[in-house]
Amino acid sequence: MAGVTAEPRLNMDVPLDPERLGAMVRQNRLDVTEMFMTAGNGHFGSCFSCTEIVTVLYFALLRLDPDRPDWADRDRFVFAKGHAAPTLYSALIRRGFFPAEWIEEYETKVGSRLMTHPSRRYQPGVDASTGALGHGLSVGVGMALAGRFDGRDYATYVLMGDGETNEGSVWEAAAAAAKFKLANLVGIIDRNRLSVDGWLADVMPMEPLGDKWRAFGWDVIEVDGHDIPALTEALRSKRGGEGPPTMVLADTLKGKGVSFMEDVRSWHADTVSAEQYALIRAELEAGA
Amino acid sequence: MATRLKTSAMIASIATAGQRTTAAPFGHTLVRLATERPEIVGLTADLAKYTDLHIFAAAHPDRFYQMGMAEQLLMGAAAGFAREGFMPFATTYGVFASRRAYDFVYMAIAEERLNVKLVCALPGLTTGYGPSHQATDDIAMFRAIPGLTIIDPCDALEIEQATEAIAAHDGPVYMRLLRGQVPRLLDDYGYTFELGRAQLLRDGGDVLFISSGLLTMRTLEVATALAADGVAAGVLHVPTIKPLDVETIAREAARGGRLVVAAENHSVVGGLGEAVGAALLGRGVTCAFRQIALPDAFLDAGALPTLHERYGISSSAIAARVKSWLA
Repeated sequence: MAGVTAEPRLNMDVPLDPERLGAMVRQNRLDVTEMFMTAGNGHFGSCFSCTEIVTVLYFALLRLDPDRPDWADRDRFVFAKGHAAPTLYSALIRRGFFPAEWIEEYETKVGSRLMTHPSRRYQPGVDASTGALGHGLSVGVGMALAGRFDGRDYATYVLMGDGETNEGSVWEAAAAAAKFKLANLVGIIDRNRLSVDGWLADVMPMEPLGDKWRAFGWDVIEVDGHDIPALTEALRSKRGGEGPPTMVLADTLKGKGVSFMEDVRSWHADTVSAEQYALIRAELEAGA
Repeated sequence: MATRLKTSAMIASIATAGQRTTAAPFGHTLVRLATERPEIVGLTADLAKYTDLHIFAAAHPDRFYQMGMAEQLLMGAAAGFAREGFMPFATTYGVFASRRAYDFVYMAIAEERLNVKLVCALPGLTTGYGPSHQATDDIAMFRAIPGLTIIDPCDALEIEQATEAIAAHDGPVYMRLLRGQVPRLLDDYGYTFELGRAQLLRDGGDVLFISSGLLTMRTLEVATALAADGVAAGVLHVPTIKPLDVETIAREAARGGRLVVAAENHSVVGGLGEAVGAALLGRGVTCAFRQIALPDAFLDAGALPTLHERYGISSSAIAARVKSWLA
């Protein structure tokens, strides 16, 4: 398959420098495209908006060991916006948790290890089965509390969509993280402003999100979610100690990287023609 | 003048006057277990006091987490703890664990087979507060979750033993909780709880009750009352609703051509009775089969004894119906 690098693991020295992070971002979007072409459709928009966030985490910040996916001192990452799983799968593949050949079985055969949403039962390196929006931050609160109880200095990251903050459970967890002073917890909102039925401002407005999280007692950082150096700085965790949890509001574009997908609602999830596929690959490879 | 029955408060005991009881069997057992097992933590959604978890909170304050009135958070955070190797005991009322937090129990806990123990009060008709607090459908909902063990204990002895047993079991569990002053009766039957096992508490050639939870207390009373009328009733106690001990149930139901009566403190929809009926048909066991259960309805509020009488789960109501079936 054209977009799949043959070797199962890249020989890499993490953290990658910004230039190599940029190359990894392009690789990730190409991997995601291959998965969706295998399946016949997919959540392009939701995947491409969080590519830089996931790449910076996996290749510059998260303390991980692909040979020990359950290493007790690893940083935790809850990929709460589970419908964008292929972005996570690519990062796990390129970081060496499982082989690139798995891309070819994405969603398409019975027993496939890569399905539409991440599952801890099937994929090494996945810290939580997700797909039902609104669960991740509560799970992250439990993991961060457990880490403190155990005296471990791992950070817990939870990546949500902005539409996901419509779920009341997110705010239950927001209150709890502040109550328990979880400085080791970093929430990230992929603020692409679109959800299934349209602009979030019309579907159910949640802005100003910064004010809301600050009012709940969180430290809030607002950042361009496609700016790799800025993201790298914003996503660095405070790790241990007691204090406010951190919410990184990352401004993004749905479908980022492909001109005809950017900020277009219908690309939340859609099918792709052969012609469009060629265009997507050309634009991604050109590093748009 | 007759004593005016009051609406049973949340904290009211289901014990009848003069009945032997034990205070807070779950809370005290968990305190002891936690001393031996450092991985146990306790979480609640502002109901420590009414789930006997306040006893654990007082004994192990560093391992108690108050999550406020937020059951989705309660389940998610418990899942997070369990994923990190802890054994969270999460408590609330059965209605909130099932109806409000179902998706979280399903996806955040059960899908990953996480070692979370949900211990939930006010099962079935054990409060007079009306449908908002009466968990008459919790078993129906939770039976549909793959791999979730469901326990419906009968008395204080069984709660003590089941608490130990579910801690020894690796996997998610939902246990219905009787709290406060809890009746104690199974000592008299030389009973020891075993996870997944149904046990014959008494034998009888005319009727076989297959019951769980509070209704086993009732069926034992009814069996004694029926004996005085010359009707011999046996009681097969089934505290583990899932996985169901189909083998024992089928063997006992097939024995002796008795009237089989499934009895439960739960809606007639989706609980022990339907599980037993399906198990018997599946095993090719044919017998006269009846159900004692709460109706498929939103139940009234009121005083518990009145409600138990009205909805047919008091001892006298059960005895009367069984006699009518035998007539």
